[in-house]
Amino acid sequence: MYTVNFAPVFAGFDQLLLGAWLTIQLSVAAMIVGLIVSILCAAGKTSGIAPLRWVIDAYIEIIRNTPFLVQIFFIFFGLPSLSIRLTPNSAALVALVVNFGAYGTEIIRAGIESIQKGQLEAGTALGLSKLQIFRYIIMKPALRTVYPALTSQFIYLMLTSSVVSAISADDLAAAGNNLQSQTFASFEVYIVITLMYLVMSTGFSAIFAIIEKAAFKYPLSR
Amino acid sequence: MPLIRPFGLPEFWIIVMAAKWTVALSAIAFAGGGLGGLLIALGRVSDSKWLRGLATGFIRLFQGTPLLMQLFLVFFGMNILGLAINPWIAAAVALTLHASAFLGEIWRGCIEAVPSGQREAATALGLRYVNRMRYVVLPQASRIAVAPTVGFLVQLIKGTSLAAIIGFTELTRQGQIINNATFSPFMVFGTVAAVYFVLCWPLSVLARRMEFRFSRATER
Repeated sequence: MYTVNFAPVFAGFDQLLLGAWLTIQLSVAAMIVGLIVSILCAAGKTSGIAPLRWVIDAYIEIIRNTPFLVQIFFIFFGLPSLSIRLTPNSAALVALVVNFGAYGTEIIRAGIESIQKGQLEAGTALGLSKLQIFRYIIMKPALRTVYPALTSQFIYLMLTSSVVSAISADDLAAAGNNLQSQTFASFEVYIVITLMYLVMSTGFSAIFAIIEKAAFKYPLSR
Repeated sequence: MPLIRPFGLPEFWIIVMAAKWTVALSAIAFAGGGLGGLLIALGRVSDSKWLRGLATGFIRLFQGTPLLMQLFLVFFGMNILGLAINPWIAAAVALTLHASAFLGEIWRGCIEAVPSGQREAATALGLRYVNRMRYVVLPQASRIAVAPTVGFLVQLIKGTSLAAIIGFTELTRQGQIINNATFSPFMVFGTVAAVYFVLCWPLSVLARRMEFRFSRATER
């Protein structure tokens, strides 16, 4: 009979905390670079250059219709055939950026398209400067439109990042795998890790909700 | 026989045929998740505070943790319950629970999108809960639900790939096995990705088309 024993898990808890910190770092880095990719691709998609749009559309469709695990295997194991060799950690970052970029592009594009021309014209008619128009009429509403989708995509990214442990990149899940192989307390280790992910995802959504209230608190319409 | 064999047509077909296990696992999780999701959605919109809280907690738990951890917990949890470790059952159970939470949340939105006047009219006509749900609310909610449900199916099919990590031989795991024998990862994982794409892309297109048609039908 298996006896549940959490003692070895808490003995190695500092390893798990380090893993959680690595997961946050990896997710935030992937989010920042992924956002840049998303903005560039969204700009490319709305630019009106047809071949560019086809390439970006193909990228989005391929990424959104294949599993992240296969993407990371392809990047880590497959790309060396093209003499692109990456360490597990950089392959993890690249895979997360590539994955986030595909989803982020659609979110950013929706934000750009949400601003109506009439609003810009109204701004000009009210005598706002170019900078004021950009700041209050373009950026703020566009950010508000994309903010909820973007933040939930970030949390999804953080949860997905656990898969990078499959190529033995360093993160919380990998820290769990290591601790599990040292202590053989598999269930206990994974339940603690799962709760740590839960704390991180609820913590981030709480922070995001506070930011949303502070930054975008003004009446919507009418 | 050489240690490393080339990646040829037989290897290609082995990978393509492994898709049947991906499809089977997705079908089981979708069927189980459909049933579980309906219960969760009904719990989420029920009048009982306890049921609502329970359903909300279930959704939060599964939407706030990685699917990989859910798989690990079911996989190793079976050992604690004294059951033999079986990747097939562990993957099916974990993915069913995962799908229940996500479908429950999607369908809750669809049920709430049915105008409350419909429910009130049904109550006024003397319909009790079961008949009210069965004949009035759910049929209308199901029309709204089709597009996002198909969209989630794509996510679920992709999610089954994680079963490879606990050792269930579906498409991705078969790819790993072939890769160990042929050592041509570029071809192997390219093929695996292509098979997933063939499974998922038509569903994505279908979901988008239905969403578009629905939004056009309901605007005004």
